[in-house]
Amino acid sequence: MVNFIIRRLLLAGLVLITVLTLSFTLTRLSGDVAISMAGPGASPEDVETIRAAYGLNRPLPVQFLAWVADAASGDLGRSYLYHAPVADLIKARLPITLCLGVTGLSIALLVALPLGIVAAMHEGSILDRAIMLIAVIGQAMPSFWLGLTLVILFGLRLQWLPLSGVETWQGYILPGVVLAFSAIPALMRLTRSGMVDALASDYIRTARAKGLSLARIVLRHALRNAAMPVVAIAAVQLGFMLGGSIVIEAVFSLNGVGYLAWESIAKNDFPVVQSVVLFLAVIYIALTVLADIMNGLLDPRLRIA
Amino acid sequence: MSLQRYSALLGLCIVGSAVIIAILAPYITPQDPFLQNLDGRMLPPFWFDDSVPSHPLGTDQLGRDYLSRMIYGARISLLIGTLVVICSGLIGSTLGVLGGYFGGRIDTVVMFLITCRLAIPLILVALTVVAFVGSSLTVVILTLGLLLWERFAVVARTTTMQVRNLDYVAAADAAGASIRHILLREILPNIAHHLVVVATLEMALAILLEAALSFLGLGVPSPLPSWGLMISEAKDYMYFSPWVIMIPGVALFVLVLGINLLGDGLRDWLGARRDV
Repeated sequence: MVNFIIRRLLLAGLVLITVLTLSFTLTRLSGDVAISMAGPGASPEDVETIRAAYGLNRPLPVQFLAWVADAASGDLGRSYLYHAPVADLIKARLPITLCLGVTGLSIALLVALPLGIVAAMHEGSILDRAIMLIAVIGQAMPSFWLGLTLVILFGLRLQWLPLSGVETWQGYILPGVVLAFSAIPALMRLTRSGMVDALASDYIRTARAKGLSLARIVLRHALRNAAMPVVAIAAVQLGFMLGGSIVIEAVFSLNGVGYLAWESIAKNDFPVVQSVVLFLAVIYIALTVLADIMNGLLDPRLRIA
Repeated sequence: MSLQRYSALLGLCIVGSAVIIAILAPYITPQDPFLQNLDGRMLPPFWFDDSVPSHPLGTDQLGRDYLSRMIYGARISLLIGTLVVICSGLIGSTLGVLGGYFGGRIDTVVMFLITCRLAIPLILVALTVVAFVGSSLTVVILTLGLLLWERFAVVARTTTMQVRNLDYVAAADAAGASIRHILLREILPNIAHHLVVVATLEMALAILLEAALSFLGLGVPSPLPSWGLMISEAKDYMYFSPWVIMIPGVALFVLVLGINLLGDGLRDWLGARRDV
């Protein structure tokens, strides 16, 4: 088991280094940032001063290593736009994005688990088909458009919920629902197929023969076995959701990490952009490693991989 | 006819009509989609009493005919969906077949690339590339094409592993066929039906992603009539005239739904794996 965890962590480290290199290269695609920072009327001397001040006159590999070394010690550099440490900017906005992600995932699980279980219990029936239709519809829904539509309906027409912002907890409901939509299809399909397999297995037949109640069979026996892959996918989905929240934060004007990234991309503030890419990649890699190790602990057969 | 057949047929009809509309766009649009008319801005569509017969779906904030822009928008969505899938399909299938057939070190590298790709925040990186390289149709297509290959790779890899040990591959090998022949003539035709199903899913995803990028202002550049960009440009008017975002949004939803239904139908018909 220890070997499995070490191998998994080594792989995670390699993946992280690759993603880091990529995100660093990406942000250098725009050409000479010192010229755009100095503004249109700047003299060549001004540009040179800015280059020296931000260390942009060093060779790229040196800049990269310096950035990685700083990032490892928690220093993500300074924003060109806000003139503040990037780590502080992200820290200030993280609660909103995390709240949104957790709300979205909770709503997704609350919808997907019961529907997936019901669909599996009535496999092949009209009810099953109708429930799986929800998955197909969810997959085809453009999230930003769903967001705008819900704002018009619940914010403007019915006036039940705020149009934007998260001054009150009600502000998280609509963005959470929209974010949940992106995860519901996958979670529902997986719950359903896991439950179908579990319900057809020998131990369920034994439980039935013992005369246990249906609720007890489904919840205590079948669900426990079907839940494992769902938990693993839920962790991965949370990673995707944090990355995908950029669109939803833009629709609902939530000042989270995604909004920060969007703003920084539009204004060429590349220390922020590469840090957010790094940050999201670290969260995603950590979540997948955690899910793998958890699965490895629960199911020894997986440790060989 | 079963329910599944109906939904596959519905998907085929939706995708078929979208393709026909997109191809015939220059001949069926009532007006030039770029022609502005500042005297006729925000005209309502036909279901309102004060609509104008010459603009069945009304006009946008610059007085451009909405129906014409919608028709050309179908063209952009389908063009992006098709080209992205060709690009990502080539990358993903190549990697997957190589990893699945050779195994060992090569497979480890392929698996590593797939893991790296999954760790990259998709929308964020796509936005960054488009912002820093410059927004154009080509950049959007290449960016998405270079990012959306991982499902092709995963499916090509698993299915190649299953076919690799079958008798006809061993027979070709024994007959002295080259590796190139085995991969292209023996393996690829026998996993192609799985890849076609992935292609429909990825095409739907590419169309949704393009719309999201354009909505965020970093996708297809204005004044091109992308449905996502139309929603983005009209959203300041949505509180008073909700139809400006309803029309392109519903079109986007219906097209993507159609592609997914067609994909599900193909999966059943071709007997592809249910879990791809």
